[in-house]
Amino acid sequence: MVQERTLPQFQAPPAQISPEDGLVLYEDMVLGRYFEDKCAEMYYRGKMFGFVHLYNGQEAVSSGVIKSLRADDYVCSTYRDHVHALSSGVPAKNVMAELFGKETGCSKGRGGSMHLFSSEHNLLGGFAFIGEGIPVALGAAFQSRYRRDALGDASADQVTACFFGDGTSNNGQFFECLNMAALWKLPILFVVENNKWAIGMAHERATSQPEIYKKASVFGMPGVEVDGMDVMAVRAVAQEAIARARAGEGPTLIECLTYRFRGHSLADPDELRSKAEKETWLARDPIKRFEAYLLEHNLADEGALKEVRDRIQTRIDDALTFAEDSPEPSPDDLYKYIFAED
Amino acid sequence: MAETLLFNALREAIDEEMGRDNTVFVLGEDVGVYGGSYKVTKDLYDKYGELRVLDTPIAENSFTGMAVGAAMTGLRPIIEGMNMGFLLLAFNQIANNAGMLRYTSGGNFKIPMVIRGPGGVGRQLGAEHSQRLEAYFQAVPGLKIVACSTPYNAKGLLKAAIRDDNPVLFFEHVLLYNLKEDLPNHEYIVPLDKAEIVRPGKDVTILTYSRMRHHVMQAVKGLEKKGIDPEVIDLISLKPLDFDTIGPSIQKTHRVIIVEECMKTGGIGAEIIASINDRYFDELDAPVVRLSSQDIPTPYNGKLETLTIVQPKQIEAAVENMVALKV
Repeated sequence: MVQERTLPQFQAPPAQISPEDGLVLYEDMVLGRYFEDKCAEMYYRGKMFGFVHLYNGQEAVSSGVIKSLRADDYVCSTYRDHVHALSSGVPAKNVMAELFGKETGCSKGRGGSMHLFSSEHNLLGGFAFIGEGIPVALGAAFQSRYRRDALGDASADQVTACFFGDGTSNNGQFFECLNMAALWKLPILFVVENNKWAIGMAHERATSQPEIYKKASVFGMPGVEVDGMDVMAVRAVAQEAIARARAGEGPTLIECLTYRFRGHSLADPDELRSKAEKETWLARDPIKRFEAYLLEHNLADEGALKEVRDRIQTRIDDALTFAEDSPEPSPDDLYKYIFAED
Repeated sequence: MAETLLFNALREAIDEEMGRDNTVFVLGEDVGVYGGSYKVTKDLYDKYGELRVLDTPIAENSFTGMAVGAAMTGLRPIIEGMNMGFLLLAFNQIANNAGMLRYTSGGNFKIPMVIRGPGGVGRQLGAEHSQRLEAYFQAVPGLKIVACSTPYNAKGLLKAAIRDDNPVLFFEHVLLYNLKEDLPNHEYIVPLDKAEIVRPGKDVTILTYSRMRHHVMQAVKGLEKKGIDPEVIDLISLKPLDFDTIGPSIQKTHRVIIVEECMKTGGIGAEIIASINDRYFDELDAPVVRLSSQDIPTPYNGKLETLTIVQPKQIEAAVENMVALKV
């Protein structure tokens, strides 16, 4: 049988961060966590429907990568997209309203949990099928290169961050798009969130080479393995990859070793993962870990962290009120948005 | 006026649109250095460079999805499906992304892209290269579907498709690329959603599209000699269907025959019949007849292939029967 991949020993990066940036990362991770906890509550109270895939445990990846991007860079997500949207700057109230199916949702109540979009925040989706976001992200990256090199717009140096899971790395689009990105030196980060499980399929049972980052080498692309529970480590590799992409040096494959604390979706009974496995990873909670880091390096004190948590709690409460109070789409608008003219 | 072959009319449309809008680009297999497998993009690589006429690896689903992403972020891609049958491999990105994404995003993004290329039953190309995919895609919301049939409409429709802010599936036919026609020297656009009355008449409405238009017009020669006066409508737009043109014709002739190269089961004709029943049942003097391809993979053998698709003689006989109310 397959052997489980043992977690490698990571070298702690010689991380440096200002107190302000530290709090930005902390706030973003707490926002993601509190938002998802509220989603679970609302789902179990019958206020939220459909498939809802929560991000708990993986916050260091979203915050570490997306908070290293510029506002005019692009983010392309998967079906586990709430926190990517939040990190991209989509207001929590508009994400929550979308999950309530309201007109004020970021996709006007037409998309739902797996189809979050915001053109204003360059959030390209929200894709429900495995791997279909990768080519779309590739297109955004191609567009940046096209503007710069075909149209001569020197300011077109936007980078695209493309997120997907370990299960997707066995899919054809993954290989096709890595090939094209490397071939054309496109400014893109392929960010694998390896949380070890594709619903009930353990990564090692589906993948002949479990070390996904090594797949970059056949495309002549840098591949990096990083502790996905350590926001500083993710941030460090993301910054390096972004700088490379922006300089026209092409794509990077980043494999973040992470874990989802909850089941695949809120409909998943989560019966396959062992208690011991879950406890091991819960002990590596990226938010607690970063709290300790901030305190240890005198970047923040307990009061400042509590102030962040309280502020986020208020924002989540406000988002919920906003979502509940918002109107549903008008039945008259059933056909709106099918075509560009609508 | 200049006599132009259909593939050159398409090429002129692309060239003119690339010249007027630098966000328009072409991508696909062998569109660049090779000039396109049917030469629709010949010389454009030299003129516009490798990013604007982008040779892709053989990865249909991924380069189609890439076009979607490029369209969402402000470019106007034209995908060439070397053979439209290959686009079955891109079905996911066409349906889930090109077709539905504007709606699921609540209007956040536009997807202005054209997916064009040759399809239809050619000369003994075998089953996989002889497909008519229009029926497969007609159920996908958010797509516009057009089929060109003459050099004139090929050029005008393609220009309209490139300028349209929606995803347009643009069907060409392998056996029509060498049709010749005198095209105007001035610029012109043909609307995507309008059928074309090819021949006005009063006895029966013949609805057709793509190559079958020409089979129908061959049949009409025989019918005219017999004193029958059919109205021939080239649908052009397969989605949406142009009932502003179809409807008045049915109200005039009260009889409809559909001639298509599409498969019979689940085909475009099936959809047209259902729509006519919804809207014009009371106008009909006879049940709608459809002449479609046989529901089989297109055989390689030439004789069997001929039997698979509708021939002019069959059209002539069917119209004669209907007009004599022998349907």
